[in-house]
Amino acid sequence: MIITFICRAILLGVPLLFGSVGEIITEKSGHLNLGIPGIMYVGSISGVIGSFLYENACGNDAANMNPFLTVCIPLLCSIIGSVIMGLIYSFFTVTLRANQNVTGLALTTFGIGLGNFFGGSLIKLVDSDMPSIALTKTSNLFTVKIPGYENLGWFGELFLSHDFLTYLAIIIAVLTFIVFKRTRTGLNLRAVGENPATADAAGINVTRYKYIATMIGSAVAGLGGLQYVMSYANGVWSNNAFGDRGWLAIALVIFSLWNPVVAIAGSFLFGALCNANNYIQGLGTETQELFKMLPYLVTIIVLVFTSMRKKREHQPPESLGLSYFREER
Amino acid sequence: MDKQIAIELKGITKTFGAKVIANKDVNLVVYKGEILSILGENGSGKTTLMNMISGIYFPDEGQIFVNGKEAVISSPKVAFEYGIGMIHQHFKLVDVFTAAENIVLGVNDGRYNLKRSKAKIKEICDKYGFDIDLDKKVYTMSVSEKQTVEIIKVLYRGADILILDEPTAVLTPQETERLFSILRNMREDGKAVIIITHKLNEVMAISDKVAVLRKGENVGVVRTSEVDPQKLTELMVGEKIELNINRTEPKNVTPRLEIHHVCCNNREGVRVLDDINFTVNAGEILGIAGIAGSGQRELLESVAGLQKLTEGDIIYHNPKTGVSENLRGKNPMQIRNLGVRLSFVPEDRLGMGLVGNMDIVDNMMLRSYRKGKGMFLHRTKPRDLANDIVERLQVATPGVTTPVRRLSGGNVQKVLVGREIASSPTVLMVAYPVRGLDINSSYTIFNLLNEQKEKGAAVIFVGEDLDALIELSDRIMVIGSGRIAGTVDARNTTKEEIGLLMTKSKEEGDSENDN
Amino acid sequence: MKMTTKEVKSHREPLIHIVKRDELHWWQAWLIRIGAIVLAVLLVGAISMMLTKGSFTEIYEIMFKGAFGRITEGKTTMLWKFLQETAILLGLSLAVTPAFKMKFWNCGAEGQALMGGLASIICMIELGDKLPYPALLCVVVLASVLSGALWGVIPAFFKARYNTNETLFTLMMNYVATQIIKYYVYIEGGGSNTIHPVATGNLPTLGGNRYLLNVIIIAVLTVALFVYLKFSKQGYEITVVGESRKTAKYVGINVKKVVIRTMVISGAMCGIVGMILVAGTDHSINTNTVGGQGFTAIMVSWLGQFNPFIMVLMSALTVFLRMGAGKIADTCSLNASFADIAVGLVILFVVGCEFFIRYSVKFRHSKKEVKA
Repeated sequence: MIITFICRAILLGVPLLFGSVGEIITEKSGHLNLGIPGIMYVGSISGVIGSFLYENACGNDAANMNPFLTVCIPLLCSIIGSVIMGLIYSFFTVTLRANQNVTGLALTTFGIGLGNFFGGSLIKLVDSDMPSIALTKTSNLFTVKIPGYENLGWFGELFLSHDFLTYLAIIIAVLTFIVFKRTRTGLNLRAVGENPATADAAGINVTRYKYIATMIGSAVAGLGGLQYVMSYANGVWSNNAFGDRGWLAIALVIFSLWNPVVAIAGSFLFGALCNANNYIQGLGTETQELFKMLPYLVTIIVLVFTSMRKKREHQPPESLGLSYFREER
Repeated sequence: MDKQIAIELKGITKTFGAKVIANKDVNLVVYKGEILSILGENGSGKTTLMNMISGIYFPDEGQIFVNGKEAVISSPKVAFEYGIGMIHQHFKLVDVFTAAENIVLGVNDGRYNLKRSKAKIKEICDKYGFDIDLDKKVYTMSVSEKQTVEIIKVLYRGADILILDEPTAVLTPQETERLFSILRNMREDGKAVIIITHKLNEVMAISDKVAVLRKGENVGVVRTSEVDPQKLTELMVGEKIELNINRTEPKNVTPRLEIHHVCCNNREGVRVLDDINFTVNAGEILGIAGIAGSGQRELLESVAGLQKLTEGDIIYHNPKTGVSENLRGKNPMQIRNLGVRLSFVPEDRLGMGLVGNMDIVDNMMLRSYRKGKGMFLHRTKPRDLANDIVERLQVATPGVTTPVRRLSGGNVQKVLVGREIASSPTVLMVAYPVRGLDINSSYTIFNLLNEQKEKGAAVIFVGEDLDALIELSDRIMVIGSGRIAGTVDARNTTKEEIGLLMTKSKEEGDSENDN
Repeated sequence: MKMTTKEVKSHREPLIHIVKRDELHWWQAWLIRIGAIVLAVLLVGAISMMLTKGSFTEIYEIMFKGAFGRITEGKTTMLWKFLQETAILLGLSLAVTPAFKMKFWNCGAEGQALMGGLASIICMIELGDKLPYPALLCVVVLASVLSGALWGVIPAFFKARYNTNETLFTLMMNYVATQIIKYYVYIEGGGSNTIHPVATGNLPTLGGNRYLLNVIIIAVLTVALFVYLKFSKQGYEITVVGESRKTAKYVGINVKKVVIRTMVISGAMCGIVGMILVAGTDHSINTNTVGGQGFTAIMVSWLGQFNPFIMVLMSALTVFLRMGAGKIADTCSLNASFADIAVGLVILFVVGCEFFIRYSVKFRHSKKEVKA
């Protein structure tokens, strides 16, 4: 029971983990990307479209489908979709120096619109009774589990029973952490987000770092959308099902104090908080709804607490949200 | 041993806009294994000249030779490739990084390995005698430690020519001594060191040669061993220029403002005002001279209620009621509510005194918008005032509804001074009121200050141009490193006397006061 | 010791050089903005043509019909629907404007309006049969204003006191509000996801038109906000604080007080919009009552340069696109989210065009003449 609860929490947490690691990478370059919710929708629908086309091309017959392509096509489509969104965001905020909040929010409107538009169009195309499309065959491959985990009891259930995107998310988070702490690229990136003028003076190409960080961040976040459809929802896309998870991912960034490794634990905790209501005995539905505000409340408390303590390592990157124009220094 | 030329400047000229000539036909030679001081008053073009060597600006005319070859230094990065490194007054460091991380930032030397880099940094530290904790975060550092990081950063990039812009301005005497011993080690190592300064005693203590800049021109390079401070001061300040400002004798002189034992710290906790005592009289202009950043800004802001004092009192004698008030711990609003008519023209005109995006009328209201009944603004009087100022002070503007940000520097200043004197102040404080202004605008401002003095206001005038200070003020107080170095009678003083007071170091100032 | 000259690569000036522009005339700036809007609307049209294979005129005819057509929907024409939608979006945009003018990023209009709406519905349900109508109406108005203000002032307090990041704080407050609504809807709706329209405590219907009063309230608010920002002492303080905190301190303005007071006003106005939506329109509440317009409002306020009258045009444009594109989607059986795409595109265009107002792009050849 507790094991299923934890596994469920992890499953719920993984999209948030992808989203928040993506946002952390972007924010480290000094850009508050409020377009992440939209980007996650785009990452999701791009993967769905890719998978849908491939399934159709194979005549909807699992026997014709190459397992490698079945997995890679949605992955690649998802990444391409979200990178394009990231590119749009960078072009506006880095090159055109547009206001980051407004650009991000516009991108979210745009991205959610795109997701639901194409989702809705596909649904109409298949002409099913349900307002959704099911990509069960692709999903089955996405949710392949490590063979033999059942034999390892609770250990297998807890650590080995997840889909490969879950492990990928954790690997990306850890890698990101290592890149931040241990590599020159990470050092340069953090310098760009903290103090672009200093980075510029040190010979770092500020614009390039901002672009690349934003696009990589978007790609990672987009995978969160894909994981949601393929693993959590078993390959079923329905409009707006992804909901507000994008904002929760942004909240998680604050909660984890811009540390991707903390974000791993944080995402599972958020997953648990979102899910706790189902597991606590004797809760009415109404109290369950109140429970769901816990992640946001916790985030607010963390936000207030860090601003009160003023510990510099726990603050947002110093130039977060500001455009950089060399000749203005 | 033959000395090799490290860097040579030939005919360097740099202008900003059409009018301001920052450097004019400057020639300069710096040898390896030599410390050269560049001496000059504020605005004499020292920093501009050095910025051209370090790639911040590009000269309009002239050539720069590094190690005998002509160099085109188009950016700080290129300067580094030529082995030139500059330590600016405002440090360029990432606050949340450690010292080591800041030092290696942007340097591409093989695989990133902080441990190996640290070993390399340690080597540099041992070689020159730096003492620093490489794992300390910059935001927890003192100014002196930050400076050390900046210097190591430059050395780590292999700089052979080091330029330090006013390195001692922020240091204690002990820290200065330590820095000097490091600089001497660098000289022994064959590096060329250029330090920009205006402290004469330091020039004498550290440098082999001195180049004196005045109004953007190199007026002479001398060996330190062959000159004395007196001679250098003369070179630095130049001939006395007659400004022909009409100065009247003070009338009805009574104390208006008394400053007692005022001390205050800046945000980093460094003492910027140290036991300041003086009196400002009604009907006179008190000039305040000093090297930029000696505490002038903090002093004026203390009086205006914008600085927190750690010690001391500011006593205001109200001429109308005869009541004396202590202004300490009061904010500008409370001071105003006490009936103290205190006006303040700050140094930062568009960032503090005015709002750039608002038009002249709305800027007029900054001081007075609370006046009048009800919750709405009364724009009639401010509009009249704006029109009046534009007309009387000949402000060149398309109209009173033009945002002040669009006006030229001189016109911005006229608007600001005009507003501040409109409330017929009993105390008027002005900081660098003619900086960046052309001659005509400067005279307009000087006349306004005189007018206020004749009306019986106590005027405090912080200036940098000694000629103007001497001709306009009645008394001149010289401030150095947050302390009063001396007060002189403006009618019987010389630029040299003030110059010497200005450039005195802390200890000397102490012994002077004891006498 | 490295005393040799290192290899120095030749350095050329970059091909494209971005410089800050001198001030443009206001009409030049507006020409650029209008150009961007026209371009964006054309782009939306072009995409529609591609998707529907309709002709140019057809597309725009449908769009206009979608927003202003006489097709009746219940008792009201589309035009009234358009006015109502514009009023709501405008109301929220007005609400966030004082905060933005002070450089306080109030991204919480959504939550503040929801809380206002929640207060309305609670009063309507709980006090509906206990108070006479005029008193009830006053209580409804007061309660929604207060709870909107409360939701706005919490982040403002922490911003003023601890400099807590307000963008993220207000953003989170939206979702706390959403969950509270869900909770309330569940207990009040008896397990269903809806609350049946409440008959008591609704705003009066003027002239038989259910939207007229709403539009009037927002129109009054528009003028009031314009006057407040431009002619009141408090509005003046907001401008000074937003432009330069240093100047504000220099003239003795209490910055913390202004921040908190302004967010009370901002939140209260959101509360009013929430009340209009609940007591004036739906007579019910759900999590979608505000429908994400709190975010669109941020963009409208920004695009409107904090000027309430320009914001009228901007919100009208946004709603026109939303309804017009919605109509295209409807007529040509596209998905309804086509409208969101259209709105997002137009906003991106207008945000992006600000670049050309503030900066100009110089190419290497033309630069030489300039530099001299």
